[in-house]
Amino acid sequence: MIKSFKKHLGIFGTVGPTMLWLGVFLLIPLIYVIGISFLTKNAYGGVDFTVTLSNYVSLFQSEYGKVFADSLLLSLETTVICLLAGYPFAYIIANAPKKWKPFLVLLLMLPFWTNSLIRTYGWNTLLRTEGIINHFLQWIGVTDRPLEMLYTDGAVLLGMVYALLPFTVLPIHTSIEKLDPSLLEAAGDLGAGKVHVFTRVVLPLTMPGIFAGSIQTFIPSLGFFFISDMMGGAKTMYIGNLIKNQFLSARNWPLGAVLSIVLIVITLILMRLYTRVGSLEDMA
Amino acid sequence: MKKQRRVHEFKPGSVFYACLVYLFLYLPIFVVIAFSFNTSKMNITFEGFTLEWYGRMFENRQLMQSFFNTVIVAGVSTVLSVIIGTLCALGLYKFEFKLKNVLSTSLYIPIVIPELVFAIALLIFFTSLNISMNMATLIISHVTFSMPFVVITVRARLAGFDRSVEEAARDLGANEFRTFMRVTLPMISPGVLSGGMLALTMSLDDVVVSFFTAGPESTTLPLKILGMVRKGVSPDVNALSTLMIVGTIVILLTSTMIQGRLERKM
Amino acid sequence: MEQTRDKVIISLKNVDKSFEDERVVKRLNLEIEEGEFLTMLGPSGCGKTTTLRMIAGFEYPTSGQIFLEGADVESKKPNERDVNTVFQNYALFPHMNVFDNIAFGLVEKKVKKDEIRRRVEEMIKLVRLDGLEKRMPSQMSGGQKQRVAIARALVNRPRVLLLDEPLGALDLKLRKQMQVELKHLQKQLGITFIYVTHDQEEALTMSDRIAVMNQGNLEQVGTPEEIYNHPETKFVADFIGESNIIEGYIEEMDEDAIWVTMESGKARIGERGYRLEEMVYLCVRPENLKLSTEPIEGFRFRGQVKEHIFVGSVNKTMIELPNGQMLKAETPAEDELIPVGTVVNVYWNPGKAVVMRTAEEQIYNVIEQSVEIEGMTNDQIF
Repeated sequence: MIKSFKKHLGIFGTVGPTMLWLGVFLLIPLIYVIGISFLTKNAYGGVDFTVTLSNYVSLFQSEYGKVFADSLLLSLETTVICLLAGYPFAYIIANAPKKWKPFLVLLLMLPFWTNSLIRTYGWNTLLRTEGIINHFLQWIGVTDRPLEMLYTDGAVLLGMVYALLPFTVLPIHTSIEKLDPSLLEAAGDLGAGKVHVFTRVVLPLTMPGIFAGSIQTFIPSLGFFFISDMMGGAKTMYIGNLIKNQFLSARNWPLGAVLSIVLIVITLILMRLYTRVGSLEDMA
Repeated sequence: MKKQRRVHEFKPGSVFYACLVYLFLYLPIFVVIAFSFNTSKMNITFEGFTLEWYGRMFENRQLMQSFFNTVIVAGVSTVLSVIIGTLCALGLYKFEFKLKNVLSTSLYIPIVIPELVFAIALLIFFTSLNISMNMATLIISHVTFSMPFVVITVRARLAGFDRSVEEAARDLGANEFRTFMRVTLPMISPGVLSGGMLALTMSLDDVVVSFFTAGPESTTLPLKILGMVRKGVSPDVNALSTLMIVGTIVILLTSTMIQGRLERKM
Repeated sequence: MEQTRDKVIISLKNVDKSFEDERVVKRLNLEIEEGEFLTMLGPSGCGKTTTLRMIAGFEYPTSGQIFLEGADVESKKPNERDVNTVFQNYALFPHMNVFDNIAFGLVEKKVKKDEIRRRVEEMIKLVRLDGLEKRMPSQMSGGQKQRVAIARALVNRPRVLLLDEPLGALDLKLRKQMQVELKHLQKQLGITFIYVTHDQEEALTMSDRIAVMNQGNLEQVGTPEEIYNHPETKFVADFIGESNIIEGYIEEMDEDAIWVTMESGKARIGERGYRLEEMVYLCVRPENLKLSTEPIEGFRFRGQVKEHIFVGSVNKTMIELPNGQMLKAETPAEDELIPVGTVVNVYWNPGKAVVMRTAEEQIYNVIEQSVEIEGMTNDQIF
């Protein structure tokens, strides 16, 4: 009896705080989101306790369809560019001479340690009409008039790729590091050329890293409203900004909740696909 | 137990490509740092070197306030995350209980769902309880997303841990508490430290969650900058950002070195 | 057997241990005398390590009692027991150097600093690690780590030292050397050693007594000589050294001998105490098995020489019995070999064969015993 009491005390004393914390500040708020998505907004920007499905129905308005399409396309572009640019980069670092490697890995970590908004704000400075890049381009004579680079869709894509590239590279780098070099030698020994060693051994074995990297790029990109705030024009609306607006300017919380649930659903689908190839542990 | 990799030489193509990516990653950071020393008020061209902005920033009360808020939130939420998260990892390691799987899975929710969803969930939650946003709500939010990283990091450390070492301590006369203090804690300390570093990084890097859970008095430096970007940023912001970048890097670099030393010793 | 032993230091009474549904130690009764070197020998999973861990206090018996110097230790935690353990994988504290590892137990006992220093240094000398006080475990070889683990346990002057396959991770040469050192250390300090191993040779060379375990049962306890020459069960005969085990039954008996009839022949053995028609195993070590082209009195047992294998000091000869069973005989290398294909008479010196009851007979005995237990536990319940 005393033993089991002590054990329960032990369990409660160790995992209890976390359970309580996650219960109160994570699960309950998420339930609130689901709950509020079925309520009606009132004229004062608050919520009335009238249950309705109209928030879900309004998802099918064409304007939101465009927002979803634009957002998913942006996130997809971001992920693909990050993968294409990041994989070779991760591969080069992982195979760099021993002497250099710790330094190169550190260089990769540093941007992680710097606030992504501050980093992106640097791009804002660079891309301005009267900014450095335009000065440079005019000075070397590529153009005689400053180019409109900031506040375009391209600038948003650049900002997204920039902010998320480290998140793509790191899991890929880890999975390449884990690769047993003798496997590559074995493949070579068995007659595979360089290209085949890569496509038949390296690529399949680093797939978990590629998937983890893609997910860690794609999912946050859906919510990074501040990038489009800083880099984008008013022309294109993305889902992150749309949700943000429902809670700030438009004050339509039920609609914001529904849009958030859409994000959760997208995430769940992606995670479902992901857990077929990788484990959750690789995500952290 | 080092893996024997073949000796690799730099290939010119690889070097060029790697430099290009590093340039892409670092150019904006350099720009922020460079302009913090610029005599010109405009962030356009570099006109001359000055430390003026590093003095000026202290006069900007609001800016300094947001900087301190950032530091306080990061500090407090890291300490809380480390304590709660380490305890949780130990409990998960030591005990078997009914909700263990539920808990292990729940820990991944804040990691995988978009921050934005999680941020508005907290906004709705606090507002419905008539709690207005302040430092406390901000810290609570940060702990919620950074604590799972601590649990996972410490847990990974514990997983590679030989239980007989704890038994040896018991065998040599240490009671449960002494065993924890003299053996378990020192052995997981590298994991605790790297979990703490992750928590700190997450907190300092956060924009989305803070955006919704910070009150007017508890705004952070990144949020302050976000508010200023459209109107144009004054050079003292560059100075303060530089300070934050350098400060973060110094702290994390030191921790990494301490962690490396702890691990090498074992 | 008439050795005068000192008092019993550890006794296990009807100790049973189950992990979930698996019963890993079954009704174990064992007494360990003060100052002896007792080895618990058996294949992996036989329950020997679990028994050791119950004595140390890391596991608690599901039922039964353990007495340490006459006192029931059920309520005592590992840190409250006057025994120390040397772990299989050393379990050194990776964050402490050699000195601090060895001093760990003394610090817990709040021994004064200068005494700690004195005792630790003494131990370091004893296990010959002089000059390595400041080394971290990660910078040491397996043999050195092993010495630290032993010193760390012995410095506390335990009444009993438990060793859980301490030499398992070392290479053969080092293992042989450490066996000798451990035995010396035990003699020198006079501490009771309980040593767990699956290596029969190790057990035979080091122990005062060996307890052979199999599938949670204690098969036999005795001196190495008794275990080797007079195995009581087929398992012991088979597990320790090589044996020819032949099944048979008792057909005839007289005053001082029995005739065992086997599928392939008959032999007369100077044993008593068996029933007529009883099924038995006959167990003969290869070095005791002899071959002759002439008939031998008391044996009607023939086989065909199949193969000779030269293994350094001896020749191994394989003989096939009419029923297909292969027997092994060992002869000194210089002896003349009987040509392959010859049909020979197989025999042995009287007294060199061991007769034991077959498994069915043993099961029969066990059932009798367990009926007793059932009655006992029922009494306890009501």
